This record gives sequence, C-alpha cells and structure tokens, in this order.
Amino acid sequence: MIEVNSISFRYHEDWVLRDVSFRVEKGEFVGVIGPNGSGKTTLLKILYRLLAPQHGEILFELVPMKKMDRADIAKRIAVVAQETHLLFPFTVLETVLMGRSPYLGNLMFESEKDVEIARKAMEWTSIFPLSERPMDELSGGERQRVFIARALAQEPEVILLDEPTANLDIHHQIDFLDLILALNRERGLTLVMASHDMNMASEFCDRLILLQKGRIYKTGPPGEVITKENIESVYGCEVWIDQHPISGMPRISLMKKGGIKR
Amino acid sequence: MKIVTSKKVLTISILLSLLLILVILVSVTLGSVKVPPLRSIRILFLSLLGLKGAGSETERTIILSLRLPRAILAGLVGAGLSVSGATFQALLRNPLADPYILGVSSGAAVGAVIAILLGLGTFSFGLPLASFLGALVTILVVFYFGREDGKIHPNTLLLAGVITGSFLSALIMFFISVSRREELHTIIFWLMGDFSLSNARAILIIFPYILLGVSLLYLRSRQLNLILSGEENAVRLGVDVEKLKLLSYLLASLITAASVSACGLIGFVGLIIPHSVRLIFGPDHRLLIPSAALLGASFLIASDTLARTLLAPVELPVGVITAALGGPFFIYLLRTRKAIRTL
Repeated sequence: MIEVNSISFRYHEDWVLRDVSFRVEKGEFVGVIGPNGSGKTTLLKILYRLLAPQHGEILFELVPMKKMDRADIAKRIAVVAQETHLLFPFTVLETVLMGRSPYLGNLMFESEKDVEIARKAMEWTSIFPLSERPMDELSGGERQRVFIARALAQEPEVILLDEPTANLDIHHQIDFLDLILALNRERGLTLVMASHDMNMASEFCDRLILLQKGRIYKTGPPGEVITKENIESVYGCEVWIDQHPISGMPRISLMKKGGIKR
Repeated sequence: MKIVTSKKVLTISILLSLLLILVILVSVTLGSVKVPPLRSIRILFLSLLGLKGAGSETERTIILSLRLPRAILAGLVGAGLSVSGATFQALLRNPLADPYILGVSSGAAVGAVIAILLGLGTFSFGLPLASFLGALVTILVVFYFGREDGKIHPNTLLLAGVITGSFLSALIMFFISVSRREELHTIIFWLMGDFSLSNARAILIIFPYILLGVSLLYLRSRQLNLILSGEENAVRLGVDVEKLKLLSYLLASLITAASVSACGLIGFVGLIIPHSVRLIFGPDHRLLIPSAALLGASFLIASDTLARTLLAPVELPVGVITAALGGPFFIYLLRTRKAIRTL
C-alpha cells in the first residue's frame, strides 16, 4: 500500500532521515519506535507529505505521492496527533465535520450526507453524546476520540498516529488503543503509529520499525525487534526483556544502573 | 444538530442587514441641524427612486451629500476593519491580533502625515490617496522581509510587521515634532481616527478594495476554520496552506490599507467586533465573516454618529468613542459568555 524507497530528509544541515526504505501492506498495524530525535515524527510528516524528502520517493498504491494534491492525500491518509491549539474552540460536531473538508472542494457548506458520515464516526467512537460540547471542555481521552472520529470522517485508507497516547492515563491509553485496533481488525484500516511506549507497541502492533539516528536499525514482528541487544544498542541503556505473561509478546522492564545485582 | 448551514448564515445576515439599515436611518436624522426623522427617511427613499419631492434644498444636501456618504464610509471602514481583524486573529492564532498588527496602519499614517504637511490636506483626494500609497508600500516591505524561501512564517511576518511599524512610528514622531500648530491638530485627529476629515469621494477609492477583499476572504472562510487549529492541522485536512496564507494576509492587509486611508487609525473595532461575534455566534468563519462585517459597519456608524453629536457642534475623534463604548461592552460580553453559549 505504501512503499518508501530510500528517502533522505534534512531540515537544514544535518540529515534527519537517511536512506530509509520500507513497505506498509494493506491492513497492517505498523509501529515506529526509537529514541528522541531518531526521526519518528519526521517520518510520519513525510508519509502525509507535510514535508517532502530531498532524496527518494514514496509510492501510495503505486502512485508517487508528489503527484497527488493535498486534498487527494487527505482523502486517503488521516493523521491523529497531539493537538493543543484550542484558541477559539469549536464544538465536537464541528470538529468532526472538518474531516469532510477534503471532499468539499470549493463548496462552502457540508451536505446532509457529510453530517450523516460525521454522526456515524461519532457513534463509532462513542462521543455522540458530546457532540454539542466545545472542545476545550473535554478531557484528554475524549479529545483523542474526537480526533479519531474526525479521521474516520475523512474515510481514509490509512491513519497515521503520532504519539496518540502520550498524555493519557493507562485506562484511557488502553481504551484508545483498543479502539484503533478495532478499526484495524474490523474495518481493515491500515495504521502507522509512532510511539515512545514500546510495551504498548509490542502488544498492539503487527510489525515494528526501530529507528536509530534517522536510519532503520531493525524491522520485523515485535518478537524480533524488541530484543535485549537491539534495544540496548539503540537506546544505550540497560533493560530487562521477558515475555508478557498473558500475550507472550516481548515486555521491557527498566533498571537502575547496576540494578540487576540488587 | 447545531452547525453552521447556508440557511443559518443567510438568516443571520438578513437580520444584521436590517439592523444596519436601521442604524443608517437613525444616523442620518441626527446632527446639529435637526431634520425630523420621518422627513429624513422620505428624503432618502424618494432620492433612491430618483425623485426630489421631500424636504428643502438644504435638508436634502445635509442628508444626501453629508450625512449619508459619511455613514456609508463609516460602514465600509467598520466592516473592513472587523473582517481584517478576524482574519489576522485566525492566521496568527493570536487573540490580540488586530488589523494594524503588521504595521500597515503606520505606513498609512506616514503617507497621511506627509500629505497634511504638504498641504494636500482635507479637501481633496490627496489625503486618502497618500495614506493608501503609504500602506501599500508598507505591505510590500513587510512581505518582502517576512517571507523565507517562498513561505510565510507567521512569526517572521509578525516581527517584520512590528519592526517596520516601529520604524515608521519614529518617522511619524519626527514629522509631528517639526509640524506647525494648525497641522498638528489635523495630524493628531487623523491618528485618532476621524471621519470629519474624510472626503465622500474616498468611498470610490475604498469601496472596491473592501468589497472584493471581504468577498474573497469569505470564499476562504471554511479553510480559515481549519488553520485556526494550526497550519499542520490544515495541511492534514487537505488545505494548500501556503496559498491560503499568502492570499489571506494580502487581502486582510489591503482591506486595512483601504480602511485607514479613508479616516485614519480607528482603534478597537478590529479587535472587539470579531471577538464579540465569536462569543455570540461561535468561531466558524462562514458565519463570523459576514456577521463581523455587518455588525462592524453598524457599530462604527453608531460610534461616528455619537462622535459628531455628543458635544455638537464640537466633533470628537471617533476612535475615542469606539474605545470608550467598546471596552465596557466587551467586558460585559466576556462575563456573560457562558450564558450566551447555551443559547
């Protein structure tokens, strides 16, 4: 579905991404992990062409992305990130309806069909009862659901998620990830998620991409990527890795320096 | 479900237009020469039909050649400043942004001050034309310095605007310090915003800019909603952000240039009207832009009417009235915001 062919990118002098290649298949849930500054967020921004790589190209269903216009991209790829701009807050319904924007073209107002699509997206994410509430009165968990609903209203094939659970407590993290997992399993949506939380990524993603200083260090199923050697070499700190007692996926435990001997 | 539809925009626009017409009617009947309200209205309507039936020659002149053009001018400026203020607040995502934030007004002021010192003064095209030129040159300078590698960075543009504005203010101070007493009075009144200096023919200069500017911005109003939550957010939803920014900044600047060239620097309108409309109707630009234009027009006509009648025959600068009237009203709106929202 998405084919990334040896892209390199820099903002100014230093290369932030170097010769990165990978594919994302239809219906996959891919996690992008790596330390601060490894290029996770930049990679996602390139995937929806907020940034254009200096070298290499990205094919979306075999079409070079540089040939797609902004609205085309927004009809197929939705993005959910941490959003904090709530200067003049819109209501939940107004926010979700903005997801219809790429389909409106020069039209000024949404049709009844657009409102219907937004309503279904709000029901799917269980935020319909909040639809008249202004965004600044919602909790962090509710807000992230609104942005998922807005992404659904875009009727995309792919959703890119940039640290979507960073400000949520564990209950809301699980709620959120269960929701997007259901989108992936039941609706066949392709997901690419950048995350700092390797245990979450290991538990939920089909495949992981581990970045180190703008290069792909390792890619594969969580069991092959999250190993003691890989993580210690990329993050430069000691970790303990065993298996999640129920799912059997790799699980990381942090340690104090020399903690193993205590 | 409560959303902004074309029907809602139309209904509210019609209601606010009726209010605007009412304000214009009241405005033309008030003044140092008393013309009874019904007779003024008859004069207006008959002359609209091309008839001369009502009132004396003097009354017709006062209403049709003095008060009506002045009300129209104030209305255009009020609409222009309100829409331009709303646009800058959205583009810069800054609630304190106003039409003058990019220094366009200071450029207009330099043009105006030079015109006054050269004696082009009040009774010609000179004053509005010179200030409009001053504003245009400033727009070019600010956009030249405010763009990097072909892109507008809001902070860079803002800094370029503020710095250019400060430099031009220094020029204004210099001109003021070397001006004579009689010129000084004119300059100060212009800087405070004043329609008594304005020329009815200025309507011809500013009307196309304000009408075209507001209409073109309105066509972008749905996209302005998206940029309110950040430029990256707008890109994610399919907006060509660079095009949107360039067009909107230029249009809002041109509207400001046209507005201030007619009557000087009227403060507060471009700040308070957009915020008031947001508090009442919500932040959606599809409703905000037409409502702000119509309410801004009514507000400035009303303010100007007060400015010329309150201490008649002495006229106050209208800027004094907009701030004195607008400040308390805005505080009141802020306090009752929650109550308004649940309407």
